[in-house]
Amino acid sequence: MSRVGWYRCAIVLASLAVLEALSLAGIIDRITMQAPHLIARDFYRIVVSGRMNSAILKTLANTLAALGLALGVGIVAAVLLHRARALRDTLDPLFATYYAVPVFAFYPFFIVVFGLGDLPQILIGFMLGVVAMIVNTLNGLDRVPGVLLKTARILRLPPADVALRITLPAAAPHIVTGVKLAVAYAFIGVIGSEFILSRGGIGYEISFAYTNFDNAVMYPLIVLILLASIAINAALSRWERALLERRGML
Amino acid sequence: MSARWRGSRNALLLVAALLAIWQALYWWVGDSALASPLATLRYTARMVSSGDFGAHAYDTMRAFVIAFAFSVAIGLAAGFWLGFQRIAGDTLEPMLVAVYAIPKLTLYPILLLAFGLGLSAKVAFGVVHGVIPIILFTLAAVRNTKPILIKTGRVLKLEPGEMVRWILFPAAVPEIFTGLRVGFSLTLIGTLLAEMFASQRGLGYLLMTGIGLHNVEQVLSVTLLIVVFAAAVSVLLLQIDHRLHHGISRGS
Repeated sequence: MSRVGWYRCAIVLASLAVLEALSLAGIIDRITMQAPHLIARDFYRIVVSGRMNSAILKTLANTLAALGLALGVGIVAAVLLHRARALRDTLDPLFATYYAVPVFAFYPFFIVVFGLGDLPQILIGFMLGVVAMIVNTLNGLDRVPGVLLKTARILRLPPADVALRITLPAAAPHIVTGVKLAVAYAFIGVIGSEFILSRGGIGYEISFAYTNFDNAVMYPLIVLILLASIAINAALSRWERALLERRGML
Repeated sequence: MSARWRGSRNALLLVAALLAIWQALYWWVGDSALASPLATLRYTARMVSSGDFGAHAYDTMRAFVIAFAFSVAIGLAAGFWLGFQRIAGDTLEPMLVAVYAIPKLTLYPILLLAFGLGLSAKVAFGVVHGVIPIILFTLAAVRNTKPILIKTGRVLKLEPGEMVRWILFPAAVPEIFTGLRVGFSLTLIGTLLAEMFASQRGLGYLLMTGIGLHNVEQVLSVTLLIVVFAAAVSVLLLQIDHRLHHGISRGS
């Protein structure tokens, strides 16, 4: 591991040690937060007992649905917009201001329209993710080198071959950036809306445990979400880096 | 001039299209689930003129302004520091990016337990959302300062404070402003989210009571006001942002 990698480990371990010391000394009281070793124990118990499995599965399924929609719609929309210059110019202000608008503010409205099922949560995850996907895919399509497209024309490649052998590989690093953001946003959207108001899922379990002051459930679940999102983000970042390095863009 | 005209035409077209979609959606799902744009605007006018709404809006604004002030102060200080200290920056930057990607809503119970119900929890939640982009953009801006500018500063034997004031800050302003723009919207989102489920006051609270009472017009009116405010400020900041970046490229 590199030197900064060791520093990072040291920082994480030191913060855990500080938390542990503060909890044991009673400066952080038990109602606010449990000592890290107790959280680890509860975490183990919850994983072994499997009683959160259905909640985890529900959240995962909804996140995957939101992500699939965001990726599919995002790529198709980006390809279409790349052709339709006028439409793209019109939608530009929307994309530029999109992430300034609190998408969660639409969640109550979705509940009113679609009822309190899975659909409102999937829609929020989708809405958060899709624009990142569109913007980054467009970005990638804009940067396909013209000389490659000309070569394809000289070789008289059929359109499907151009898309698969030229456009897609050339735009891949930007598309992966879009995928990375869409994964994070789909996760944030689904868990966030579960947390606000829902009937199940990890977000719901956390808010339920919070309302009941059930720290033995709340903290392990929060840790689970932190670990999951950090692991996914790290894996996708590595992939993104590998693609960029292969293209000499880093 | 023609570019600006095209820009406003596009914005107008977009607003018209969104209104049309809203109206069509209303015809499709009906009265019980959705209010028409006109009815919503009427309700909004009535709601805004009632005294109660002003108090809620003031509460949200106050929490937001305090949170944004904290985000900017902490974000700039941490960003400059990490930009200077190469090793600290290399160590912490990926960690900040990872924290940025986690669903911060799930951290809210911890903040509530630590800060209690009320203003301080709202402010803390706004800061948690808004501070990281400001740090990351400032850090990148400081690092990407042209080496020749820093060398010039060293030749002139500037003190660290003077270095920030006369060289690093002016050179980094456009990037930092982009960070502030992103931080602005995220702080607003954080503040509103905090109000949505543990607050007795504010616009987020109005949203949640709207659902509770199944008052569609209230939900839509508050959503509309938030969206219009966020979009308007964002467009304004985006224009300043473009001008700053443009000015730099023309100057060099």
